[in-house]
Amino acid sequence: MESGAGAPRNRLAVAGARATTAAMLRDQPRGDVVRNALFAGVLLAAVLVSLVGLAALLVQAFVEGAPALSTDLFTNPPSTINPETAGYRPAIVGSLLLISGVILIVVPVGVGAAVYLEEYADSTRWWNRLVELNIQNLAAVPSIIYGILGLGFIVRGPLDLGFILAAGSMTLALLVLPMVIIAAREAIRAVPDSIRQGSLALGATQWQTVRRQVLPASIPGIATGVILAVSRALGETAPLLLVGATVFVTFDPTPFGSDGYSAMPVQIFNYALRPQEEFQTLAFAGVIVMLVVLLAMNSFAIWLRNRYEQRW
Amino acid sequence: MSPETTSATEPAGGPPRRLQAQSKRYGERAIQGSLAFCAVLSVLTTTAIVVSLLIPTLEFFDTVTVREFLTGTDWSPQFEPAQFGVLPIVVGTLSVALWGMLFAIPMGLGAAVFLSEYASPRVRKAVKPVLEVLAGIPTVAIGIFAVSFILPEVIVPLWPGDFLGGASGKPFMALAAGLGIGLMIVPIIASLSDDAMRAVPRGLHEGAYALGATRAKVATRVIFPAALSGIVASIVLAISRAVGETMIVVLAAGSNPNLTFNPVESIQAMTSYIATTATGDVATGTNDYKSIFAVGALLFVMTLVMNLISIRLVRRYREVYE
Repeated sequence: MESGAGAPRNRLAVAGARATTAAMLRDQPRGDVVRNALFAGVLLAAVLVSLVGLAALLVQAFVEGAPALSTDLFTNPPSTINPETAGYRPAIVGSLLLISGVILIVVPVGVGAAVYLEEYADSTRWWNRLVELNIQNLAAVPSIIYGILGLGFIVRGPLDLGFILAAGSMTLALLVLPMVIIAAREAIRAVPDSIRQGSLALGATQWQTVRRQVLPASIPGIATGVILAVSRALGETAPLLLVGATVFVTFDPTPFGSDGYSAMPVQIFNYALRPQEEFQTLAFAGVIVMLVVLLAMNSFAIWLRNRYEQRW
Repeated sequence: MSPETTSATEPAGGPPRRLQAQSKRYGERAIQGSLAFCAVLSVLTTTAIVVSLLIPTLEFFDTVTVREFLTGTDWSPQFEPAQFGVLPIVVGTLSVALWGMLFAIPMGLGAAVFLSEYASPRVRKAVKPVLEVLAGIPTVAIGIFAVSFILPEVIVPLWPGDFLGGASGKPFMALAAGLGIGLMIVPIIASLSDDAMRAVPRGLHEGAYALGATRAKVATRVIFPAALSGIVASIVLAISRAVGETMIVVLAAGSNPNLTFNPVESIQAMTSYIATTATGDVATGTNDYKSIFAVGALLFVMTLVMNLISIRLVRRYREVYE
């Protein structure tokens, strides 16, 4: 391209050519332009309806539940007679204990299964494919079926633990296990093969390679998956209803105590079923607490993934 | 791998060394075994689900015939004499799922087309997380929202007069639960369909635009059909989710087994029957108790079939572009 005196003339020529082409192409038939604009409008409306629905839900929860927000909510036990002093304390303690149990079960078993499926299993064998198909199916089974599993196997049946909090933990752990396995597999799969090959070439055994190279590299992805699974377990109500979290408890539950236990979503459900206005407010306040906690957990998981994600 | 027997390829510097480990790695095998056990646990879980559903269901069918169960239209297990015709609660489930899908399919697909074809990367980055938030809201919260807001503030004012019996004065209705479920599954359809449409090769895009197609035409006539099996898979998955949903239906649709598809009537779904019966006063071993498992078995089979269809569809669409 010439420079100096010829450059402004070239720029003018290019600009002119561009304007002419645009003018030619802009000559879309009127009908097309209108139809396109209408279609884009319809799509935007579809997105907006969902967003407005979400906004309405959040706004209603905050508006209706704000009057009941106080420290009493966290320190007081629930009550059927006195809504002014009712709170969520046993439910909060119960939820915390439940998800601690879920984490204790789901991390070793889920990561173990993912490691086996990714590192050790021969994916052409039919039984390994059966395991994979199984996990995909389990991820989509309705949560109440896990409640029935808990009722029939853990609470009664072979394990016969009774309606204890540990049974609730195990039921929820089984519910979210497929999610953790799938997320852990993705994280492990993202580690490039060259890392493994290098480690094996240097004389490490397969387990040493996994433990010292693959797993440390996939921890951020696994952690994100576990946090998302735990936040799912935190919000589940149906399976807990079947394994005993319906008992009206006024004291802090214990993992193996047989006096009954409760959990946040179950307590919210309990309050929501009652007709009195004050209990409805309490239910909304509980919803606010849960939404804040879940939002914090999900944001933390996303931050974790963005901060520690490794680009190979 | 026994170098001692090769002679022609023996290196010049002395007897060849064995490259295998000197000791049998028992530790490695133990670890592999325990990891395999973790994986097998998933198969055990499915087996446990099937067994825990199957045994009480078989006992249930000792007293109630399969035909009476599957074709009877009277579901009153708590009455004397108890009737176990499951159709009312199956229709209840399907009714709620129907209204949910009627809402979620247009909204979800619209959002998916918008996100994959029309939205700039900045808008995408803003809208996608918001949809994820919607997906993560506990179903209890959505159920409370459905019964305390959608029903009185959205359905009752907008419902045309006495059409189908009218919407006023009804504390529970299938449509309220349906809309709540619809709101919950929009992210599933939107996100999976968006992934399906983005997986279509750029070449189809570019080619269509080069041939002079408008954006709307490209989106609806080129990309959408190309991604169709992924989109259908997402819809099937969403239906399965809608059928299996409990809390929204319990809170918003009522507990009255009613054989009707009327959106403004209250109905009972399979999941809400299981939930309300199991938390009520029902003694272990009675027919009531076993009916929980029978209904659960039916629900499990329905969702299993839908999930298998969805997996098969996803596998098929993935192969097309590989």
